[in-house]
Amino acid sequence: MSSNKKYWKSVEELDENSSIVEALRNNEFVEEIPTDEFLGNEALASSSTSRRDFLKYVGFSTAAVTLAACEGPVNKSIPYVLQPEQIIPGVADYYATTVFDGFDFANILVKTREGRPIKIENNTIEGARFSANARVHASVLSLYDSLRLKEPKISGKDASWSEVDAKIKASLADAKTKNGQVVLLTSTIASPSTAKLIADFASKNPNFKHVTYDAVSSSEALDAFESVYGERALVDYDFSKSSLIVSVGADFLGDWQGGGYDAGYAQGRIPRNGKMSRHFQFESNMTLSGAAADKRISLTTFAQKQALVQIYNIVVGASVDVKLDAAVKSEVVKAAQQLKAAGSKGVLVSGLDDKNAQLLVLAINNALSSEAFSTAGTRQIRKGSNAVVAQLLADMKAGGVHTLLMNGVNPVYTLADSEAFVSGLKKVTTSVSFAIREDETASLSTIAAPVPHYLEAWGDVEITKGTYSLMQPTIRPIFNTKQFEEVLMSLNGTAGSYYDYVKSNAASVIGLASWNKVLHDGLFVAGSTALSAGAVDYTAAANAVAASKPVSGMELVLYTKTGMGDGQQANNPWLQEFPDPLTRVSWDNYVTVSNADAKKIGLTNEIVANGGLNGSYATVTVNGIKLENVPVIVQPGQAVGTVGMAVGYGRKAALKEEMAVGVNAYALYKNFNNVQSVVVEAAGGEHEFACVQGQKTLMGRGDIIKETTLEVFNTKDAEHWNEQPMVSLDHKEVEATSVDLWDSFDRSTGHHFNLSIDLNACTGCGACVIACHAENNVPVVGKSEVRRSRDMHWLRIDRYYSADATFAEDVERKENIAGLSSSLSTFNEMENAADNPQVAFQPVMCQHCNHAPCETVCPVAATSHGRQGQNHMAYNRCVGTRYCANNCPYKVRRFNWFLYNKNSEFDYHMNDDLGRMVLNPDVNVRSRGVMEKCSMCIQMTQLTILTAKREGRTVKSDEFQTACSAACSSGAMVFGDVNNKESDVAQLAESERMYHLLEHVGTKPNVFYHVKVRNI
Amino acid sequence: MKKVGNHNSILRKLLFSLSLTVVFSLTSIAQEAAAPAAEEAPAAQSGGDAAKGKELFNANCAACHKLDAKSTGPALRGVIERHDAAWLYKWVHNSSELIASGDAAAVKIFEEYNKVPMTHFPQLSTGDIDNIIAYTSEPKAEPAAAPGGQVAVAGASQDSGISNTVILGALALVMVMLVVMLFLVNNVLRKVASANGIEVAAKEAKLPIWKAFVKNQFLVLVSAIFLLLASGYFVYGFLMQVGIDQNYEPIQPIHFSHRIHAGDNEINCKYCHSAARVSKNSGIPSLNVCMNCHKNISEVAETTATPEYSKAFYDEQIQKLYTAVGWDKNSQSYTGKTQPVKWVRIHNLPDFVYFNHSQHVTVAGIECQKCHGPVETFEIQKQFAPLTMGWCIDCHRKTDVKMEGNAYYEKIHAELSKKYGVEKLTAAQMGGLECGKCHY
Repeated sequence: MSSNKKYWKSVEELDENSSIVEALRNNEFVEEIPTDEFLGNEALASSSTSRRDFLKYVGFSTAAVTLAACEGPVNKSIPYVLQPEQIIPGVADYYATTVFDGFDFANILVKTREGRPIKIENNTIEGARFSANARVHASVLSLYDSLRLKEPKISGKDASWSEVDAKIKASLADAKTKNGQVVLLTSTIASPSTAKLIADFASKNPNFKHVTYDAVSSSEALDAFESVYGERALVDYDFSKSSLIVSVGADFLGDWQGGGYDAGYAQGRIPRNGKMSRHFQFESNMTLSGAAADKRISLTTFAQKQALVQIYNIVVGASVDVKLDAAVKSEVVKAAQQLKAAGSKGVLVSGLDDKNAQLLVLAINNALSSEAFSTAGTRQIRKGSNAVVAQLLADMKAGGVHTLLMNGVNPVYTLADSEAFVSGLKKVTTSVSFAIREDETASLSTIAAPVPHYLEAWGDVEITKGTYSLMQPTIRPIFNTKQFEEVLMSLNGTAGSYYDYVKSNAASVIGLASWNKVLHDGLFVAGSTALSAGAVDYTAAANAVAASKPVSGMELVLYTKTGMGDGQQANNPWLQEFPDPLTRVSWDNYVTVSNADAKKIGLTNEIVANGGLNGSYATVTVNGIKLENVPVIVQPGQAVGTVGMAVGYGRKAALKEEMAVGVNAYALYKNFNNVQSVVVEAAGGEHEFACVQGQKTLMGRGDIIKETTLEVFNTKDAEHWNEQPMVSLDHKEVEATSVDLWDSFDRSTGHHFNLSIDLNACTGCGACVIACHAENNVPVVGKSEVRRSRDMHWLRIDRYYSADATFAEDVERKENIAGLSSSLSTFNEMENAADNPQVAFQPVMCQHCNHAPCETVCPVAATSHGRQGQNHMAYNRCVGTRYCANNCPYKVRRFNWFLYNKNSEFDYHMNDDLGRMVLNPDVNVRSRGVMEKCSMCIQMTQLTILTAKREGRTVKSDEFQTACSAACSSGAMVFGDVNNKESDVAQLAESERMYHLLEHVGTKPNVFYHVKVRNI
Repeated sequence: MKKVGNHNSILRKLLFSLSLTVVFSLTSIAQEAAAPAAEEAPAAQSGGDAAKGKELFNANCAACHKLDAKSTGPALRGVIERHDAAWLYKWVHNSSELIASGDAAAVKIFEEYNKVPMTHFPQLSTGDIDNIIAYTSEPKAEPAAAPGGQVAVAGASQDSGISNTVILGALALVMVMLVVMLFLVNNVLRKVASANGIEVAAKEAKLPIWKAFVKNQFLVLVSAIFLLLASGYFVYGFLMQVGIDQNYEPIQPIHFSHRIHAGDNEINCKYCHSAARVSKNSGIPSLNVCMNCHKNISEVAETTATPEYSKAFYDEQIQKLYTAVGWDKNSQSYTGKTQPVKWVRIHNLPDFVYFNHSQHVTVAGIECQKCHGPVETFEIQKQFAPLTMGWCIDCHRKTDVKMEGNAYYEKIHAELSKKYGVEKLTAAQMGGLECGKCHY
């Protein structure tokens, strides 16, 4: 039976007379399809390529490409025509040298492969005291900066060196006839040879002035020291000799007076025989030193000055009136009394930019007869004088400067009064900028003269008095550069090369020691004697400090970031991507505001849906100078009433677009005073930060960072402060490590590598992070990728704040949670850090678990375990399922979301031929779609083993190193073979302080930590 | 499809080549017999014995002198025409004395050759010197024209007497003749039979074989499976060799013969590839290493030449080296103009593999030939091993680690041999199969 139902598609169909129905009966569409729109192109109609032809071409080319892919490429190998004796392809050479770029300094070894410097190592020879920090480690990449100045330029046009020489000589002659002033503006000169050349130059040019200018000034401390001891230098403190350290605003673990104090400080921080040093820190910004301190009191700089006077009162026995809150005062008094009690074992340092305050520091340390404070072997790395620079600016403004030679400075960028300098520069007849890049100053100078990188140059440096270090080239100059000293020699009419000059000068310093030996060692220790103090009225100084007025409104405290320093290496992608140890933000500077002030002004930080950190913008105004759209970070520990901001960002010239980040805070560095009166206002909009750590606190999980106090550590058994995790097995509580799904292998044969990390010694300096980058060809991914949590750092340094005043209170609060509702609210509260929290750093890399969760889930067995304890990763096997990363409890595996080399989307060093010269040829450059992670520097351990085999000997007890452990100057990271009972790491593994991260998971890691002990 | 008669043509070609081989083999044998006759007895000229002189020349003079070309010292052929014998005795015995005496000719030579004094040879008697003079006075031997060059190339066999090929060829010929004879006999018999009226039984018409095959479904199935498997095998084989460059033998910018260097002259591999002892790379020798020897060796000996590569060809290669390194043969000095040689790389491990030569060469003491093959016989260098992971692993499984006398291994050997209950340990037992040992 058929149905009579009428099915209809639209109402139109029901209408018998509709034209549409008729049209649809004959055509698919009611209206004519407007094919003319895309077929109407006449050119297409007459084209000889039909659609079929097109398909044929596609087919052919696909087939051709496929066929071509079956044939390997032809590789060429070009050996040396004349092979240098010391270069063997495939074997690394090391050269001892010294770096001092006006800001950073270190005694280093440079690893070169086939004539290319590829890594910076610490020079560990006796007498070499300054290890490389993160910036020095990264400086090897700055050598291969593709935006370096390649040719000399006169008025912006390429020129030859002879033209440059001629022009400078003519200008000097002109200055002589017109009696115009010749000024040499340099960063601090610590080189005896350069100083001699400058003296020679001065004698040949009658109206000559040498102005020393430090971008980040230590002038007040220098003035104070000079007025007492008659030498313009800084004290080189030895914190290893102190049991009590009081710091008033000095970030000595950061860049205070050049930094480089980690090693000595960390020595005293490791509890030995029940003793360790105690550290009080009074500061406004949260710094590395504050984070390491046992007791940190956040104060405005005004209060810090009062506190300093209070300490002076107690230690020296003076009675100057101070204006301090009672609560703060009691803390200060406590610190001061302990300092006095410590006597010669105590030391006080201060970062206050005030000559009188610096005089008090000298007075207090002298009163204590502090062992850490010695006037022998003073630091020569800061000499700049604020007054002289101000005078130069005035002279330039008046048009009194005829010829201005600049070396190692970038005043157009670093001077607060940059505009005055630029207008003054226009009045200078000839300005010459000796610069490595065509920076802000070089591009405005008459002559931009390219100088070599320190790895291409000869030189000598006296970092501390009595220690003579040499600088030697490790590669031929890459570009047409000439050392500033060579130009000076040619201007002076001195014959020979600068190398000859340094060598002949060295003879008078090194005496009978051989030049080759000193060059090999990198330094020569001559020793120096203590200085005698002149008479100074300290009481007047104390009164002056006590009488100082607070700034109106809020205080802005300028600082330098661990990654960027003074901003010289702004075009260095490693440093840009380096997360700040405290804020964990990379690719930015920002204004740090305390929580209370943030609420008052209306500034916020929040984690948004994609996991990225967003922050408000603020307008920062100092004395009429307005910085717009400065991103804000709410910083726990920031003193209320102060804000912090880092200089070194906001560069505009000679850097790639990606690196042009941040705002230039030098504009606010008025009169070289790092404290300014500031107005911070909320501005519209949100800033997207590239922050690698969203979680601020541990929320009471005391098993991640185990912490105790010295008192508990000394008096109680290990089980009280290093609790072993327990699990229930057969209804009995047993140690978690005793329960296992897997069988254990016998690991007593051969080597078994372990890495020990002492949380007491780790200052969070980040040298290891950059060293790891350099050693393992870790790619740079850029700001937006970091924001998406796609950073590639194999080694990260986690930073945790306590939610309560201390971590111990956090744990207590968590354990006292009763009931679900209470747990929700309590955990919510515990997500926020305290206003002045305790801070702990924890370097985390692949833990190389003996029972690794990643290995069992890999479907292609790309990650497997070695007998020597390392968790191997075979990149060529990896298919990128990322199961391993998901199953890793430590979150240390990194996935290559993109191809990061030879990819213009990631225009960092791996995208240009020059930048790729820094790559380590022994380590694979990973491709897209591959998982990667810390290998425990297997290329280094294997090489150590091979060297021993080749020499037919056993491996020495502490010969094994990884990039991070070798870079760690504080001794926090120790690497070695635990099967060798004589090695340090074997002893550290037996220590009672030893614990494994997330031990209850049962992964049995080969990286272990040492319980952090606080001396409170 | 021109496929008809394929078999026949193959057969014909085979026959043709066989007969060709026979003919040429015979010719080459004939040639060899004639060869000794071509050698001429050396002509003795002066009073000395040229044969003894040659020995003395090679022992004492050849380091600095050549017969026909300048080296450290002048070319010595016909030296007696330039200087009288008495002068030469003095010069050879003590050239410095002669120069000091102000002898014009002596001073001139001394000046000309960069004031390098010639070693004194007081031990050579005047007789010895006469012998050397006799040798240097021999006329320059004309390069012997390769007699019947092409024939020599084609001649496959250089063995003495009648070769196996010839015997086989003769046998084959006999066989062919036998077959032909049988065929003829058969024909004759048939003709005889038909003439005699005897009927030869006609063959039954059978089903054509292919139809029979199609009918047998089981056979079809089996052969289909067989074909599939066979083609699968070959496809797999093809795919597995993609990217494997075994026997890769590229043409190099300079024809460098390992046969001459490592074979004929027995130069140790590690003399030139010295980096192999200490480095991950074996190192292509830099040109200054070549010049250690080639400063004096500007041409190859007659005997070095092969039928394929003439002396002129080899000499040209040495000249290429001189051009590259910037060596002026005539002035015996470097010009400073260099052109680095762009060798074609033969052994290419992928970037994700770490291989260290020193581990294998110095520590394990493995002969280079184990992986690189009989290089001393290679006229043109090629990749001998497949360089696949399977090949590496195979060796690591089988090879005992050389541990004797190496203090590094003492402890681990004691522990592991106890653990595995063996005296010798393979690389695999030492952990040589772990991924991370080669991939990082």
